[in-house]
Amino acid sequence: MKYDKILKNGIFDENPTFVQVIGMCPVLAITTTAVNGVGMGLSTMAVLVFSNLFVSLIRHFVPDQIRIPAYVVVIASFVTIVEFLLKAYLPALNNSLGLFIPLIVVNCIILARAETFAAKNPPVKSLLDGIGMGLGFTAALVIIGAFRELLGNGTILTDTAFEIILPQSFPRTLLMILPPGAFITLGLLMALFNNIKIIFAGKNQEGA
Amino acid sequence: MNVFVVFVSAVLVNNFVLSRFLGICPFLGVSRKLETAVGMGLAVTFVMALSSAVTYIVYYGLLVRYELEYLYNIAFILIIASLVQLVEMFLKRSSPSLYKALGVYLPLITTNCAVLGVAVINIREEGFTLFHAVINGIGGAAGFTLALILFAGIRERIEFNSIPKAFRGFPIALIAAGLMSVVFLGFRGIL
Repeated sequence: MKYDKILKNGIFDENPTFVQVIGMCPVLAITTTAVNGVGMGLSTMAVLVFSNLFVSLIRHFVPDQIRIPAYVVVIASFVTIVEFLLKAYLPALNNSLGLFIPLIVVNCIILARAETFAAKNPPVKSLLDGIGMGLGFTAALVIIGAFRELLGNGTILTDTAFEIILPQSFPRTLLMILPPGAFITLGLLMALFNNIKIIFAGKNQEGA
Repeated sequence: MNVFVVFVSAVLVNNFVLSRFLGICPFLGVSRKLETAVGMGLAVTFVMALSSAVTYIVYYGLLVRYELEYLYNIAFILIIASLVQLVEMFLKRSSPSLYKALGVYLPLITTNCAVLGVAVINIREEGFTLFHAVINGIGGAAGFTLALILFAGIRERIEFNSIPKAFRGFPIALIAAGLMSVVFLGFRGIL
């Protein structure tokens, strides 16, 4: 596979959230704002990139029977590092992501990529695959986070330099930043993407 | 802290699936049939009660004593993975019928974030004793099972309806889960 294709694969064709539907816990839990989405997405991406690289480097030395425990230890080590870095440099973000930073260990995306990609491919490709999947995951989190923040709180990118606050006349629906909003937003977004796909498929058939 | 409050909170008020978002993957993955939902729920309850106790003991008995708290994440995931393996081997020998029923779900439990989640919650929560931790584990698993079984019932009915093409599969399931989550919001008033 070509390098650019590996990147594109993670972001669009095999987007972990919208296409593969794996690693859904953080997707639903922390997407109350777009900024949280960026934080969670990049933290996961950091772990994913390094674990992919590492798993790829050790792929010839690890016996087949114990490969899953070995991968899990590699992943857990990188998660611990990321957790410490967040605690030291971004304590506010660490607080709002809370439980879901240690839970990156059990994010199925990371183990799935280690098993299906990094264990079978050379380091550079595995690194790129990590970046692609990580970007795809981050993009999904930001899209969902932005929708929920906009509808629930009436703001975009709150607590940053680019904060936009909508006028008071814009109706705020508290439900969207409560847990049910996560399920409903994701369901509607997935239906939207499905619909786009159906329309495109129809067009292609007409062209052919 | 009252143990009963911990239990009710874990099952209803802070339902693991619908308000804490732990264990979403099995919730969406194995909720197509009622039968498999019950099997998964049982297996998770068993492992969660056990792992809550073991991780709590290891954390306070070993990691805190030797000032190795920072290893908690690595230690917990290894404990959970080995417990799942152990339970699998034990069931295979002692109760083949139960093993047959739960067999396929057992390996999946290692990556169920509710199991690691409850272990981490137990050590982060102030004033939790070992008993609290185990009750929290059982309550969390009961809440997971309850949500899973209810959701499987709903999904079995959805199957027989005509749904717009774009909503088929995950989208309609997620919206149904959202409505269930609204219902569970109602429990917030009871504590």
